[in-house]
Amino acid sequence: MELAIFLIFALLALVSAVTVVAHRNPIYSTLSLVVTLAATAVLFVLLGAPFIATLQVLVYAGAIVVLFLFVIMLLNVGREETEGSVTRTGPGQRWGTVVGAGIFAGTLLAILWRTYGRESLDPLTEELVAIKPLAALLFDRYLLAFEVIGLLLLVAVVAAGIVARRPAAEKEG
Amino acid sequence: MVPISWYLVLAGLLFVIGTIGALTRRNGITIFLSIELMLNSVNLVIIAYSRLLGDQLGQLVVLFVMAVAAAEAAVGLALFIAIFRHRQTIDVNRLNLMRW
Repeated sequence: MELAIFLIFALLALVSAVTVVAHRNPIYSTLSLVVTLAATAVLFVLLGAPFIATLQVLVYAGAIVVLFLFVIMLLNVGREETEGSVTRTGPGQRWGTVVGAGIFAGTLLAILWRTYGRESLDPLTEELVAIKPLAALLFDRYLLAFEVIGLLLLVAVVAAGIVARRPAAEKEG
Repeated sequence: MVPISWYLVLAGLLFVIGTIGALTRRNGITIFLSIELMLNSVNLVIIAYSRLLGDQLGQLVVLFVMAVAAAEAAVGLALFIAIFRHRQTIDVNRLNLMRW
């Protein structure tokens, strides 16, 4: 059962991720990013992290993607303007791609080789899924990091407001 | 039980798809979406290892990654709006002022 759920949502995540990258209309790309994020949220639940799965749906699929859609519609960017959907590649780039893909495939094979049959996942326990120890960790030991993240978000909001502001000269004219 | 390596392979594939998108697309918004995809696959790796080690600290790290991703999206999209106001495009092939 768990295997079936994993396979279905892993496939869904992969297909919609390819759509994100391959689709020419950014609105469809953004909407299929929502599908990828939701499928990943299901995988988070399978891995015993329901809190992170909730955050994923609320913050990522809810807030960030809506921000993207808002900007796309504000700027009215439709299809890509210049010819062709991908940039032209030189021979150096092509060889770089081959080398990079080779390194990545080697790493994947090494991971599989080292971990296959050897990982011993303990069954999910109550305390592993529980929110309370997580909250204790967040608001006790890592309280400073939590506050710094809050400050970072504040700075980001102020910066975004200032950067996107209409210049004063333009406003008068 | 699904082996942990399957999650790692899935996250690797998602990361590669995101990398390909970030390197080959020309639309600034699509490049940004690809970067979000890469961040998401890294989160999957962190959660998978957190599960393997039975340590909840990984979930906190993912929480912080999400907050940084939100800040990055806000500032990046504001930059796109500012660029669009000056140049009327966010096609990265036309934003080549600083290219040598």
